[in-house]
Amino acid sequence: MQLATAAARLRRDRAPRQAASPSRPAPTTTGHVFEVEDVSVRYGDFTAVRDVSLTIPRNEITALIGPSGCGKSTILRTLNRMNDLVDDASVQGTVRYNGEDIYAPDVDPVEVRRRIGMVFQKPNPFPKSIYDNVAFGPRLNGERDLDGLVEEALVRAALWDEVRTKLRSPALELSGGQQQRLCIARALATRPDVILMDEPASALDPIATHKIEDLMRSLRETCTVVVVTHNMQQASRVSDWTAFFSVDVDDEQGMRTGELVELDRTDAIFTEASDPRTEAYVTGRMG
Amino acid sequence: MAGVLGAAMVLAVAPLVVILWQVILNGGAAMSWEFLSSVESSPRDPGGYLHGIVGTLYMTGIAATLSIPIGILAATYLVEYGRSGRFANTVRFFTDVMTGVPSIFVGLAIYALLVVSGGAGLGFGTFVGAAALATIMLPIVVRSSEEMLNLVPADLRTASAGLGARRWQTTVKVVLPAAAPGLITGSMLAIARGAGETAPLVLTALGARQVVTAFQGTPQADIGLLMTDGFSQPFEPGIERAWAGGLTLIIVTLLLTITARFIAARRKV
Repeated sequence: MQLATAAARLRRDRAPRQAASPSRPAPTTTGHVFEVEDVSVRYGDFTAVRDVSLTIPRNEITALIGPSGCGKSTILRTLNRMNDLVDDASVQGTVRYNGEDIYAPDVDPVEVRRRIGMVFQKPNPFPKSIYDNVAFGPRLNGERDLDGLVEEALVRAALWDEVRTKLRSPALELSGGQQQRLCIARALATRPDVILMDEPASALDPIATHKIEDLMRSLRETCTVVVVTHNMQQASRVSDWTAFFSVDVDDEQGMRTGELVELDRTDAIFTEASDPRTEAYVTGRMG
Repeated sequence: MAGVLGAAMVLAVAPLVVILWQVILNGGAAMSWEFLSSVESSPRDPGGYLHGIVGTLYMTGIAATLSIPIGILAATYLVEYGRSGRFANTVRFFTDVMTGVPSIFVGLAIYALLVVSGGAGLGFGTFVGAAALATIMLPIVVRSSEEMLNLVPADLRTASAGLGARRWQTTVKVVLPAAAPGLITGSMLAIARGAGETAPLVLTALGARQVVTAFQGTPQADIGLLMTDGFSQPFEPGIERAWAGGLTLIIVTLLLTITARFIAARRKV
């Protein structure tokens, strides 16, 4: 039950703050969904990523880019405590979600994951019907009368028109691109305010990728999107903000540790990066 | 090379074909309504295996009720919770050992534990026979279920966790349904194995010459026990009926296997 109180506290926190600042401009700039401070993630003795501090602005799309092993996926997974599922993973530092420290001892990681949606690299629908896939999350929350929720989630995931007549068919009969949009619908069904996406289009063809990117942009109205991608064109096409990660190689010990180089407006990252490593990466001279 | 492989294949299949042919030929000749609907008072008299069929189904049914839920739960523990911990590895090791224990010894162990007054003192009967069969079936259920649960992609567990499912919710709502066809198939094969066992029943069910409906306390009949009796005595009617008993067991096994396939095929989605 302590999770429920943590979650309730999150909600209580937000309302007064908005009320207290009536001069706040557009809702797209009501602060940050995530504030990450000095986060390092270790798997056993191996430090995957070190001393990352960044903020994720609300209702915008933030892309995490960088070469393999730079820790971008690891950082994404600290945002909803998915790293807890890895046996020897340990997270140091602070991650605040809507002002609440999600690594505080009284926070239940399951509750965190319930409130933050996640989409994975490979489409992973359950071997159930399309309807049951979308209804999975709401059912976990004990919600009944799900028809409306399922339709709404499928509409938002731009899949409704393709599946409205076959909601009871197996999800695995859909194409890869449709399966990924179904996974997005499944994540949207619990009405999260953040969707984390881990290379959501890397297993898809260009047309399906295009649809996912359109979908990401439309999600901005209601959600904050954090997307990991190794595809720089994709980052420049869809994201408002881009965080560039790099790998620090310690030749003596042979250790490769990821670190955040910079986070800036996407157009700035791609045209006038302040760090030479970023420029080298986005212009294709590295990585 | 292909010739050698082909020859090996023929050698491997040959015993099965010979056995099936023999049983269908001899068993089919002895199969009759009388065999299925009456009780033999001894191998030298006319009659049938009704009491044996009742006893085998009765004991196998109880054994399945005992071993399948426990076996699937144990396998779920091994795959979803214990993984490679010391306790899980110990359970795995003893399950493997149990698979290799001679079935006559399982009967002897149940006899010492449950039947005689030095143990639980329950006497001979349906339940102790079923307990012996369940002991044979349990490791088969555990190992086959464990394999099936391991086949469930890790992606599905991650997806479920990402949606905020607790570990038990992932197990109940995602992993077990995804593995269900395989779990059912494994369970059916375990039932088929249990239904065909004779040795563990020698010291537990003991055998009977009439239809027994008592749950415990009265010795119970079994097709395999009646076959042993029939084949071991020099009376033509008893030997013929033993063939028909063998055919009955093969048909029961076949029906279970077909049912398992049917369920497995229908439960996809």
